[in-house]
Order: sequence, then C-alpha cells, then structure tokens
Amino acid sequence: MSYFAFLAEHGPTLLLGTVTTIKVLVCSTILYVIISMIFGLMRLSKNPIIQGIATVYIEFFRGTSLLVQLFWVYYVLPFFGLSLEAFVAGVVALGMNFGAYGAEIVRAGILAVPKGQWEAAHALNFSPAKRIKRIIIPQIFPIILPPAANLTVELLKATALVALVTVVDLTFEAKQINSITWLSAQCFGTALLIYYIMARFALVPFLRWLEVVAARKVGR
Amino acid sequence: MEMGFRWDFAYEILPQMLWATLNTIIAAGVGYAIALVVGLFFLLGQRTPSKIVNVINRELVEFIRSTPLLIQLFFVYFVLPQFGIKLSAWLCGMITIGLHFGTYLSEVYRGALEGVSKTQWEACRALNFSTVYTYRRIVLPQAFPIAIPGMGNYLVGIFKDTPLLSTIGVAELFHAATAVGGYNYRYLEPYTMVGIIFLTLSIPAAMWVRNLEKRVNVAQGKIK
Repeated sequence: MSYFAFLAEHGPTLLLGTVTTIKVLVCSTILYVIISMIFGLMRLSKNPIIQGIATVYIEFFRGTSLLVQLFWVYYVLPFFGLSLEAFVAGVVALGMNFGAYGAEIVRAGILAVPKGQWEAAHALNFSPAKRIKRIIIPQIFPIILPPAANLTVELLKATALVALVTVVDLTFEAKQINSITWLSAQCFGTALLIYYIMARFALVPFLRWLEVVAARKVGR
Repeated sequence: MEMGFRWDFAYEILPQMLWATLNTIIAAGVGYAIALVVGLFFLLGQRTPSKIVNVINRELVEFIRSTPLLIQLFFVYFVLPQFGIKLSAWLCGMITIGLHFGTYLSEVYRGALEGVSKTQWEACRALNFSTVYTYRRIVLPQAFPIAIPGMGNYLVGIFKDTPLLSTIGVAELFHAATAVGGYNYRYLEPYTMVGIIFLTLSIPAAMWVRNLEKRVNVAQGKIK
C-alpha cells in the first residue's frame, strides 16, 4: 500500500484526532494559565498559610509524573465518588500539572519587575489589588511569555498522554490504526509529522507573535 | 467493593511496588547516561564548521523536541521490527529516552559553553594554549557549573517520564501498579503509592541538584 493510499484511507481519521488534540490543548492552556496566575501570586503572599498551600501544590505536581496524575484523576477519583469524563480528566490533569510549572514562571516574572514600579505604585497610593492588576501584571507579560511559550509547546506534546485514558485524540487514532493495519511507520510517522507541523508552524509562530505584541504594549 | 484507602492491601503490594521502583531507577539512570552522550553528539553536530551538518542537526533536534515522547516510543517500538531490527522493549525505551532528552541536553551544553566569556578564549589564544588545553583547563571547568542545574533538571525530568515506558511493556513502577490494579480491580492504592514513591524520590533529587549547584559555585569561587 503506497503512502498516498494510506493517507487517502486513514488521513481523515487522523485529522479528526488532530481536532480533538487541539481542543485538549486549548482547554488545558486556558486552565493552566489561570492556575499559574493564582498560584504564582499565592506563592508570593506574605501570609504563610497561603504561601504554604501554593508551595505544597507546586512541589506536589512538579514532583510526580504527569501520567501518574492523569491516571489518578481518571481511575482513582471515582473511588471518591467523582467520575470525570475522559476528556475532562485529561484537561484537568494537564492544566493542574502545567499550572504548577507556570506558577513558578509567574512568580519569577513578578519578582523580575523592577522594585521602583512597586514603590511608585505605593507612593501614588494605589491599593494592593490595583497595584498588582494595573501596574505589575501588564509588565510581567514580556518577561514570562518566552518561558511560557516553551511550556506551551511542552503542553502540546503532553496532550498525547490523554490518549492513554481513552480520549480519542491524534495519538489514540494513530494507535488504533496501527492495531488494525500494522502499518506502524505510516501511522506513527504521520502522527509525528502532524505534531511537528502543529508545534513548529502554528503554535510557535503564534506565541512569538504574542511576545512581540506584549513587548510593544510596554513600549519596548 | 470497599471504599476508601485499604492499608492492608497497600501493605500487601508494597514489596512488589518497591521492586518495580528499582526498575524505574535503573531505567532513569540508563536513559540519562545515554542522553548525556547523545547530547554530546548533537553538540558536536552543532559546532562542526560544515553548514549542511549544522542545518541537518538543527532540524533533527527541532523535530525530536517538538514531537511527543509517547509517539516516538511507539514509533521505535513498532517500526524498527518492520525493518528487521528486533529490540526488546527495554532497549527501545532507553534509546528513545536517550534520543529525546539528548536533544535537550545538547541545548544545556550549548548554553553552558556560550556562558563562558569570550575574553577567556582570547586570553588562552594570547597565552598560546592549545585548543585541547583551553577546553580542558579553562573552558570546561567554567562551563560545567553553568550546566549543572539544567543537567540535574533533566535527570529529574527523565525520572518523571519513565512511566511512559509502561505503554510499550517495560516492567517499571507504573506498569507494576497497573498490573496489580488490574489483577485486584483496585487502582486507588497502587496509583496513590506510585505518586508517593515518585514524590519521595524526586523531591530529594531536586533538592540534591540545588545543593550541588551551590557547592560547585562555592568551589568555583563564585559565591562564598
């Protein structure tokens, strides 16, 4: 069977899986950005309890394997009466795991904002919430976007794991086609290519564009 | 079925889990050793004067870095036999992890070498040191401490990615947990124990790396 015949027959299935992969990526990116912001800020709190919770969260999710967390959410939570759909379980596990890594980026980004900005905001009598929201957060984007972009590419790669908890994504479809046709080189090779194209020619250019926009916003 | 955490069951499967942990540690160690060497080869490819080799090397690294390790595992495991190369699941896993993380380590090496100030090279040139001597006595001793955090992080990273090996049938910790869970139809204890074992190994490892970083910096006279 030629490669084109393979593509004609199984290409649409792989593309359907790709759509699911993109959905997982978008949902878990939104979740991880929110979690990063919250825990990154909590990590810098002066309140030892809030700071402690954030530290435990970050250390826990960075200290264990994503696959273990994923299986825990999908197979163990039902023991506690919380059954999540595979897609939701995948997004939750990915979002929480990458949120822990993202929180460290946010923390470093906030610390990298010059001290004078805090002092100036203080001198102008901004409330703490307003100080964070109007002065600090807008300035951290150019700082955190480059490492966050790397993390998001890692996230795209990590979405492949959700196939193992039965989410029908690109990896799942590739495995499925492999077990029917045994054309391993074609189906896994195509899957690798699709991931590569998504990362290299869609996600990375988009994130670079965001970096440029963010840098321009703060006048750099 | 009984709800909640069953301690007697956890205790019963503990020896099995600990044995499997040993396999996980071996897998991480061997994978890391291969990755360290593969990283050197990618570094060489990057630094050779030949433009064609540079480009091929860069594209290859870029490709490996932007595709999931899981599918790379499947690819190596399922495709190589079609070309007559029959390797065990263990070997496939080690090769794939070595290749995948080798690309990351080559970047760590590169960053470390570039972190050594250019004036050091110029000074060595002025003193008429040979290239080998310059590398051995001047550049590498300064590059190494810069590389330590990155190298340590990827050791922990490889350790945390070893559960992926279970998908091609390597009998490491996660594989054992899935097997035990399937046999007894209880996943709560095995998977929870895997999580705890990972935490008890990776947090001290991360702390050790941080400590090592500090010690090397002190030895280099960068901080006191």
